[in-house]
Amino acid sequence: MLRYSLKRLISLILSLAVASVVIFTVIEVAPGDPATFMLGVNAQPDTLAALRAELGLDASKLQRYVDWVGGMLTGDFGTSYTYRTPVSQMIADRMWVSLPLALYALTLSTLIAFPAGIYAAARRGKPGDLAVMGATQLGIAVPNFWFAMMLVLIFAINLRWFNAGGFAGWDNGLWTGLQSLTLPAIALALPQAAILARVMRSALLDILGEDFMRTARAKGLSRRQALWRHGMRNALIPVLTIIGLQFSFLLAGSIIIEQVFYLPGLGRLVFQAISARDLIVVESVVMLLVFAVITVNFLVDLAYAAVDPRLRSRT
Amino acid sequence: MSLLQIENLSLAIHGVDILRDVSLSIDPGQIVAVTGESGSGKSMTALTVMQLQPNGAVAEGSVLLDGQELLNHPEAEMCRLRGASIGMVFQEPMTALNPVKTIGDQVMETILIHKAMPRNQARDRTQEVLTRVGLPVDRLPLSRYPHELSGGQRQRVVIAMAIALRPKLLIADEPTTALDVTTQAQILDLLKGLVTEYGMGLLMITHDLAVVSEMADQIVVMRRGEVVEADATADLLRNMQHPYTRMLFEASGHHVILPEVPQTYPLLEVANVVRDYRLPRKRLFDAPGQHRAVDQVSFTLNKGERLGLVGESGCGKSTLTRAILGLEEIQQGEILLDGQPVFSSHKPNLDVRRRMQVVFQDPFGSFNPRHRVARLITEPFHLLNTPPTGSDRQDRVAEILKAVGLRADDATKYIHEFSGGQRQRIAIARALIIRPELILFDEAVSALDVSVRAQILDLLAELCAAYDLTYLFISHDLSVVRTITDRVLVMQAGQIVEQGETEHVFGDPQHSYTRALIAAAPQLPEIGKGAA
Repeated sequence: MLRYSLKRLISLILSLAVASVVIFTVIEVAPGDPATFMLGVNAQPDTLAALRAELGLDASKLQRYVDWVGGMLTGDFGTSYTYRTPVSQMIADRMWVSLPLALYALTLSTLIAFPAGIYAAARRGKPGDLAVMGATQLGIAVPNFWFAMMLVLIFAINLRWFNAGGFAGWDNGLWTGLQSLTLPAIALALPQAAILARVMRSALLDILGEDFMRTARAKGLSRRQALWRHGMRNALIPVLTIIGLQFSFLLAGSIIIEQVFYLPGLGRLVFQAISARDLIVVESVVMLLVFAVITVNFLVDLAYAAVDPRLRSRT
Repeated sequence: MSLLQIENLSLAIHGVDILRDVSLSIDPGQIVAVTGESGSGKSMTALTVMQLQPNGAVAEGSVLLDGQELLNHPEAEMCRLRGASIGMVFQEPMTALNPVKTIGDQVMETILIHKAMPRNQARDRTQEVLTRVGLPVDRLPLSRYPHELSGGQRQRVVIAMAIALRPKLLIADEPTTALDVTTQAQILDLLKGLVTEYGMGLLMITHDLAVVSEMADQIVVMRRGEVVEADATADLLRNMQHPYTRMLFEASGHHVILPEVPQTYPLLEVANVVRDYRLPRKRLFDAPGQHRAVDQVSFTLNKGERLGLVGESGCGKSTLTRAILGLEEIQQGEILLDGQPVFSSHKPNLDVRRRMQVVFQDPFGSFNPRHRVARLITEPFHLLNTPPTGSDRQDRVAEILKAVGLRADDATKYIHEFSGGQRQRIAIARALIIRPELILFDEAVSALDVSVRAQILDLLAELCAAYDLTYLFISHDLSVVRTITDRVLVMQAGQIVEQGETEHVFGDPQHSYTRALIAAAPQLPEIGKGAA
């Protein structure tokens, strides 16, 4: 297990190194001057020169790469060109919205998907299964911003249980913060839950046909006991893969939901930075997201090994 | 009173009759073997006793265990019986165990699920049972996972699960079909020992008549869901009533007469062949390990000769086959077909490749289901520089289909329209169509029912006479190799340990491994003379 974890960790570090080189190359070294790009073609020469000096564009490419990576490792992401504030501060503020939102949505989606998937698998072909499958079909087909608008209409405007948008912050207590994230989290979670429930169902159905499930029944386990004791852990393997992918998506891909609910999250930050041609912010956030995705994959790999002994021994 | 009494059992699944009026009984300490070809309903009989038949199955009649009716017994009650009063062992040890749980947990589960004893006692019982089935805990701790065990060891674990609570009845569904002969002999011994020791009744399902004759006290022969004949083993062997029983036994020991080998020259020359596989590195900077799958193998196959290759799984048979076909490069030695190398300058030699064909084991998996037969069997034509076209092509297809005992208009059908035996005929047609000088049969009859196997062996003998076939027949089934080859190679751990005239090697084996193999293979008794 230790060998396996170590190997995955080395692979994580290598992936990050490669990603940093690719991002740096694409944004800084690609043809065209970043300063010209950021300021537009009509910029004054002296403004350009000032920005170049600020960005450190005079130094060699290798030097700039080392500075950039070194800065990130020590928590210094540079200063935003548009906002004139440290990028690390901007990202930290947004992370306090995006990360809880992603975790919240993922928790909800898992809480919905697992029972739904298991229920459907246990009642394959029966009305309960058909109902769950129909609902998930709908959940996948309907875009999440439509859910978002419906939720606002019902729970914010009619019932007035939640605010229609904005983020109250964590300073006024956990509950206030969670309250402003609840509707967005539900809107994000529903389509993800629909996908996850389907994966759960088909993974379980695959497992139900396995020989060892028949062996379990021959030992005297009831259908339900066999499903829980022998089916679940085996079915988790494909489900974990999807959960990993979904978390990465939720962290960065919630831009539309952030717009609908006026949430100051990472998605909006990237969107604004790209519109403002603020390359410093863009490359930092992109690197951060890459880091998040690779880390999640690493955790999923560890979870695989925890679930499946065959992976542990194949080092 | 019998331990298990099945009377007039009929079973229909979604309205299709699977079993009709099946009756049999088992006494404590008795071994009853149910035998028959695929589709005879023997496995379904076993599953019905367990009440684990598929959804949509409707059973009628009566299945009494110790006088208690099992048919339509409440499911909760059945759960209490399964594992405690009836144990079951399945065919496929590789998949019958849960890969993510330790063997100790899986065996202990049988005990704990029935709340038979507290946890610490259950643990002791688990160790005791595993030791009894030949897996002593000091050599194989309870914390092992199934993937760390061999097929034979896994089957022992499955047996341990089934007998952990000493059930009165043990059902074994083809328990040794997936195992090598030497392992099979050990598992059969184990089962026999358990029956004597525990006084269990054993319901054994198997298609292998040699195993049946050696094991069973009572034989039940089934065909298409019906019992055609049932009697004490000795009586049944002495005096078979039903022609189907007679046919089964005759087909199992089927002999064919091969034409004489003509005056000849060496066709395939294999000299000092070595095939190594790289193993994953143990440490980062160590040199990767090597596994030598084929070790210094040399033999010659003459034109017109039929050569057998026998050995247990993992001995290198398949690796050698792949090397001969030029599918993989060898590390040392030389493989020549008619003086030309099969692999030259790191590439398969097409000139040689088009002179060899292969027939695989699985008649279901080795065809593309979306192509018609004509397209399937003309596939080898792409090896030719000028493949026949138009009516010439059609004639070749028609001719070869007739040669393997099919009809010319079968060419327009799809593969799912054929039975297993017919599919294997099509596979042979595909191999024959470019008139190869050498054919490799890789377990080509192993998946077939005995009666179909006999027909395919007859077909091979006919084709030998008609086409002067030269072939290498790879199989783990000694009785088939014995009748269908002139010479035989015995392979063990990558090496050829013995070779010679087939009758000579089987009649007077020199190497200890050959002797062990032949001794382990169950013998079919001569019909009409009683049990062996």
